[in-house]
Amino acid sequence: MNNRTRTAWLFLAPMIILMIVVAAWPLGRSIWFSFTETNINDLAASRFVGFENYFGEFGLFANPNHSEGFWRSDWGVSIRNTFTFAFFSVGLETLAGLGVAMLLNQEFRGRAFVRTAVLVPWAIPTIVSAKMWGWMLHDQFGIINQMMVNAGLIAQKVAWTADPQYAMWTVVAVDVWKTTPFMALLILAALQTLPKDCYEAAKVDGVHPLRLFWKVTLPLIKGPLLVAVIFRLLDALRVFDLIFVLTSNSSSTISMSGFVRREMIDNGNMGYGSAASTSLFLIIFLAAFIFMRLARVKLSEESA
Amino acid sequence: MNVQMNRQSRYSLFLTKLVAAFVPVIAISLAAMTPAHAVTVTIACGTNGADFEFCKRHTGEWAKKTGNTVKLFSQPISTTDSLALYRQLFAAKSTDVDIIIVDVVWPGIIKDHLLDLKKYSKGVESQHFPAIVANNTVDGKLLGMPWFTDAGLLYYRKDLLDKHGLKVPDTWEDLAAAAKKVQAAERTPAAADFQGFVFPAKAFEGLSCVALEWVASYGGGSIVDSSGKVTINNASAVKALNTAASWIGTISPNGVLNYAEEDTRGVFQNGKALFMRNWPYAYSLMQAPDSPVKGKFGVAPLPKGGAGGKNAATLGGWQLAVTKYSKVPDAAADLVMFMTSAEVQKDRAIKGSYNPTRPDLYKDKDVIAANPFMASLLDVFTNAVARPSTATGIKYPEVSQAFWDATHDVLSKKSTGEEAVRKLEGRLNQVKRNKW
Repeated sequence: MNNRTRTAWLFLAPMIILMIVVAAWPLGRSIWFSFTETNINDLAASRFVGFENYFGEFGLFANPNHSEGFWRSDWGVSIRNTFTFAFFSVGLETLAGLGVAMLLNQEFRGRAFVRTAVLVPWAIPTIVSAKMWGWMLHDQFGIINQMMVNAGLIAQKVAWTADPQYAMWTVVAVDVWKTTPFMALLILAALQTLPKDCYEAAKVDGVHPLRLFWKVTLPLIKGPLLVAVIFRLLDALRVFDLIFVLTSNSSSTISMSGFVRREMIDNGNMGYGSAASTSLFLIIFLAAFIFMRLARVKLSEESA
Repeated sequence: MNVQMNRQSRYSLFLTKLVAAFVPVIAISLAAMTPAHAVTVTIACGTNGADFEFCKRHTGEWAKKTGNTVKLFSQPISTTDSLALYRQLFAAKSTDVDIIIVDVVWPGIIKDHLLDLKKYSKGVESQHFPAIVANNTVDGKLLGMPWFTDAGLLYYRKDLLDKHGLKVPDTWEDLAAAAKKVQAAERTPAAADFQGFVFPAKAFEGLSCVALEWVASYGGGSIVDSSGKVTINNASAVKALNTAASWIGTISPNGVLNYAEEDTRGVFQNGKALFMRNWPYAYSLMQAPDSPVKGKFGVAPLPKGGAGGKNAATLGGWQLAVTKYSKVPDAAADLVMFMTSAEVQKDRAIKGSYNPTRPDLYKDKDVIAANPFMASLLDVFTNAVARPSTATGIKYPEVSQAFWDATHDVLSKKSTGEEAVRKLEGRLNQVKRNKW
């Protein structure tokens, strides 16, 4: 037995070492940096400042210099932007994904082709699709403005990505376009595992299709659906590339990850930026935890 | 940097994606024969197609002469992204790039990572504009050789101004009036998107340059003065920002809020705008044989801020510098000297309208024939307004970002000029903390 344990450790060792090198060490270093004042100019010259970066005079939270309140500060705005984005994009993607999955679950000619074709937006790298949409939405040369003007929907070309009142919704729309296939795929996989007999029984009883959906399909795919939503939620809360490429990237549309990048990379404040990235990690963790808790409570209520 | 990638620290993943997407290293072997002592020098240059071609040709000449190999490295189009990238490379003491292009505002920020070129220049820097050499000299070290200089210019459509009996605007108010008149007349159903004035107002370094021109032209100072005092909260600065905000949606499309320089050139070069604010590089591109506005546009100093204001152009320009971490400093420095020589600068001036940094070349008849504006606007280039990078040192990126954010807020009507400069003053003092 002892020998077996030793062998097991031996086999695990390479993976554990790899994880320490590529995950634990950088993460630990990043958390350590968050307690220091460090500039990218000279990483060796860092100074320990404790919780200054979080709650100090110039920190992320509880900063007396936030004269207009925390939620108007850059970090506060980036948190609000990120959650707005996550809420709407995940919500819309789930609904759209569910719809597409239900359609693809039907028998029709050319289904295999459509199933593959649907995946195209998901297969394009985000940077590429963001740039592509950026050109299509361009206010002077963009094809979308041209089509809408020709169709008489708008009188003047609209600056979709520049105008702060549209920029966030444009980003949400592009994200929905991109990620719906992913949701559809996961939901479709769940739909295909459903037992046929329930549906045959319902057919015999003449149950209305909508009622069938609410009472049979939805409860049965709830587990996989929640997993898919969690995946997307975690993904959406750390959104960066889409906003960075598509919008003007001013403080009004910046996301939490964008804020972290700006502080660390553009401004070279490794300490302050690390504090923001550590907070980002904790905020996402907390959001996922709360969501899972809520989902579980609901599930148990129904079974009771 | 890649080694540090991990699942939890999500930002590094984005970073890697970003670096992979934006910064393809385009390696081109230029040397036909490779002697035993030959080395490979990597040089960053060329942010647009024409620039890249120049770089390839000139470094190729050097490679042929010395027998070394040159690799070209395309840096990001945005100066903000380039600086960020270089600072990361420096933090990792990377030897990937030997020669980098240095923006006029960078020497104070990256001074610790550049090689002193005095040993290699042998006094040749005295042939360049003294102000630029002074800018590149930090603590007595010559950190970069001047490559080309820049200043903001007003491009206008000569043909359209003549057609409507207008002259080149002297003040921003004249410009707005002219733009309004011409825009109203030229907006036919076929050209419903004709614009009066386009300028880069995306939230990036370019907006800081443009906004500084407005503020300085109204006599509102340069954000932070040379003693380090924050001076932006003043009535002239408010006037300047509010004036600029009044253009958005009237003579300028809302879209400018997401335009960089090349976007504005796209609009102007297609004949869809009367005025454009841009750097000199746009001149030769728009004079190209296939350009729709070839021969139809002129270049003037940027307007004054009201009758009592002055013409103000932000000083731009690029230097070539060798990083401290280069393994081949001698060869790299030699290439820098070649690239900044009169011969190469002259060629770039004639074919690419890159302003030379050597006063002698402004008297060269071939240069003047290709770019008449270089002679007529010489004082614009020699009296350009510097961004407050010397006073703010390592914190300049934050200062500039706070300034462009405040400006972007005013332009997008999220705040008034008064509010914005008051908030900006507080923000800058917060960035400053105890000292710059």
